[in-house]
Amino acid sequence: MGSTANGKTLNLKLRIWRQDGPAAVGSFLDIDADRIPVDASFLEMLDLINERLIEDGVEPITFPHDCREGICGTCGVMINGQAHGPEKATATCQLHMRKFNDGDQIVIEPWRAAAFPVLKDLMVDRRAFDRIIEAGGYISAPTGTPQDANEIPVPKEVADTAMDAAACIGCGACVAACPNSAAQLFTAAKLAHLNVLPQGQPERWKRTEAMVETMEDFFGSCTNHGECHEACPKEISLDFIAFMNRDYIKSKTKNRSLASQ
Amino acid sequence: MVVLDAKIPYGPIAEKWDNHKFSVKLVNPANKRRFDVIVVGTGLAGASAAASLAELGYNVKAFTFHDSPRRAHSIAAQGGINAAKNYRNDGDSVYRLFYDTVKGGDYRSREANVYRLAQVSLNIIDQCAAQGVPFAREYGGLLANRSFGGAQVSRTFYARGQTGQQLLLGAYQALAAQVKAGKVTLYNRSDMLDVVVKDGEACGIITRDMLTGEVHAHSAHAVVLATGGYGNVYYLSTNAMACNVTAAWRAHRKGALFANPCYTQIHPTCIPVSDEFQSKLTLMSESLRNDGRIWVPRQFDDARSAAEIPESERYYYLEEKYPSFGNLVPRDVASRNAKTVVDEGRGVGPLKNGVYLDFAASIARDGVDAVRERYGNLFDMYERITGEDPYKLPMRIYPATHYTMGGLWVDYNLMTTVPGLYCLGEANFSDHGANRLGASALMQGLADGYFVLPYTIGDHLAPKLGDATVPTTDPVFSEALREVDQRTRSWTQVKGTHSVEHYHRELGKIVWEYCGMARNETGLNKALTEIPALREEFRKNVKVLGSPDGVNQQLEKVNRVDDFMEFAELKVRDALHRAESCGGHFREESQTPEGEALRDDENFAYVAAWEWQGPDTDPVLHKEDLAFENVQLTQRSYK
Repeated sequence: MGSTANGKTLNLKLRIWRQDGPAAVGSFLDIDADRIPVDASFLEMLDLINERLIEDGVEPITFPHDCREGICGTCGVMINGQAHGPEKATATCQLHMRKFNDGDQIVIEPWRAAAFPVLKDLMVDRRAFDRIIEAGGYISAPTGTPQDANEIPVPKEVADTAMDAAACIGCGACVAACPNSAAQLFTAAKLAHLNVLPQGQPERWKRTEAMVETMEDFFGSCTNHGECHEACPKEISLDFIAFMNRDYIKSKTKNRSLASQ
Repeated sequence: MVVLDAKIPYGPIAEKWDNHKFSVKLVNPANKRRFDVIVVGTGLAGASAAASLAELGYNVKAFTFHDSPRRAHSIAAQGGINAAKNYRNDGDSVYRLFYDTVKGGDYRSREANVYRLAQVSLNIIDQCAAQGVPFAREYGGLLANRSFGGAQVSRTFYARGQTGQQLLLGAYQALAAQVKAGKVTLYNRSDMLDVVVKDGEACGIITRDMLTGEVHAHSAHAVVLATGGYGNVYYLSTNAMACNVTAAWRAHRKGALFANPCYTQIHPTCIPVSDEFQSKLTLMSESLRNDGRIWVPRQFDDARSAAEIPESERYYYLEEKYPSFGNLVPRDVASRNAKTVVDEGRGVGPLKNGVYLDFAASIARDGVDAVRERYGNLFDMYERITGEDPYKLPMRIYPATHYTMGGLWVDYNLMTTVPGLYCLGEANFSDHGANRLGASALMQGLADGYFVLPYTIGDHLAPKLGDATVPTTDPVFSEALREVDQRTRSWTQVKGTHSVEHYHRELGKIVWEYCGMARNETGLNKALTEIPALREEFRKNVKVLGSPDGVNQQLEKVNRVDDFMEFAELKVRDALHRAESCGGHFREESQTPEGEALRDDENFAYVAAWEWQGPDTDPVLHKEDLAFENVQLTQRSYK
């Protein structure tokens, strides 16, 4: 193991969070990680460490991962205190070891947030995100009912804005990066995607109130630090949070009965 | 005795689906709530099926091994989704999409299914647009299209380079709405490890809770598998790490026939393997071939860098061999030619295992900004992974396993040979024949889930009105529970010397070497000896640490690799028996004088469906003959 095309490797000092379960007390495991190929991805580095641990009879580190293309949103760890690590607009799985230097110490922790309890080692429970979507993160269009797609023209700039917001991969880095563990960026991304589109208008105000209030049931409050945007692998704009705040205030009037508006 | 009845409806091809919809049995709207349906998998096919069935009124239980339904690997599809809308006024039609798909599949798919797929493609776009999928738009606000994968018309709808993501989120959101409405019960982090069959009919599944390790029994009137393809049998593929064949394989062992397992699509434009530790391969969108020129050095074992090789010493092999299609030949042709030049010793890169995809000409012609506008995201991704700047150096690419056309055999209703057990999406075999066209996977997954199964499942359920589901206390369930629990726990007792990963990698090497892009009788026979030997060693010597009673990623994987070990043998056996070349299945013994795939329609115009006979007995081959009444069989030519 560890043979590499260009032969360059790194010797690293890793501090990795280990925790048996949600109720267990966790601690850091220090590992001298020698001969890490620079061409390995960050997760392939963890694969290598796990192979070595297994060889030594130590249970490997549990870490979340799946597509390894930066799109499924499964992966994500704190790397030296930064969600997804040092490279901007890059999910953990797309980060490569050539971004580190020989002799570096790398501290690897799970997302830290009350709404994301640690399940094991670096894996957390993000189901609160699903609850926010279930609260209203959809357009009700039962299968088979719609008209021809081109009967709803959507101006290009509206479609582009919706797509900018919809690019969110639901990884949770925004929550992990936020000092308040707020989920405003995640919620605003879905809300704006649907609320700017003509198809999203009928349910706009109900959706807004339900999603925001469900979010508040689980997550902290936003104080405009902007760390979420910095950590976001898809660079979702903070403007969407402003959009959500405006729609939320409006929703309080719009959701009154029509006669009382 | 298995009888393969495809249940193809009567009438001309354009009327079959309408005729069928009229003749299938219906469940009265008020009675739908009296039926329970299990849907396994929440990708495009599973999520769309679960949501649509729940909207109709059925009680749905949806299962995913992910933490959220939105993680399914459909999310990674980049290019787009085909539909015969003819919005571009360029001569597209349902018939043309049908024709292209049958031809592209090298005449190994079922005509009636493909025609229906082309028909419902229209509804899919309407459905997704209504859900708010942010498809690309023209300035006038109408939907944009592009031509994709060498198609002669512009019929591909897309959402930047993230079409799969946006379509999956649409289906996931529709599912979430039904979860909220109480019509779908969602089980996440649940690994399906067996199908339960009573009196020959599917009655439920066994799952393992991936957080606690507990096994659970779930009962229903019908079970739907939408669990994806088997590409990870190669270890390295563009599939996500957790993609596996387990659900389909377990169903196969319970009586569902497995069709055409030798058909695998090798995608030509992926980033080459760089190291032994590599865990997966990354696909670069096929659209790059629109502007990139593919070449290798004419000289063998050329150690010079790309810049040092003068134009006259560059071998643009696709442009030379296929003057009319050039770099845009179909995926299987592009892949095979890359293999040929690399095998000849013309490969490029540190491991000599790639070919160049060069943008210098288009940068010189259109300017760097135009190229960045078109492919910026892809160039960035390439740079992140390889550390090389594709604006300055040509990209290096090589084919990789991408999609699997084979799968569980299903009839026109998408039901497997086990009554009550359905199979959708990539997990079934039905629509792509021996080769899938670009932008057709998303179409098929959503067609099956939104527009086919919701109509056809009634045929099975209607006669069961008033029947209770089989109680989970029934011996069929307790026996299956015991078996699953025992099998899973037993791995931690092996206490061998090599990791699960090690064995998966070794299996992948065998399957790639002998049953990859090109196959021959000698190699396949070799694989048939090596795979069982590896399987035996794996079962005796695998090392799984940790407890079975909690989160244990090694334990999740070992069950999957164990199933791949059995499946790989069937795949090789199927490849050996199919002595013709067709689509993604290239038998070296069967080629034209120019080295192209040569079909043998006389002897092989059938679906090969294999029946499990037990662990140490050869499977039995059943054939569904393919009748082509609307499309004339021709030799594909891209010269």
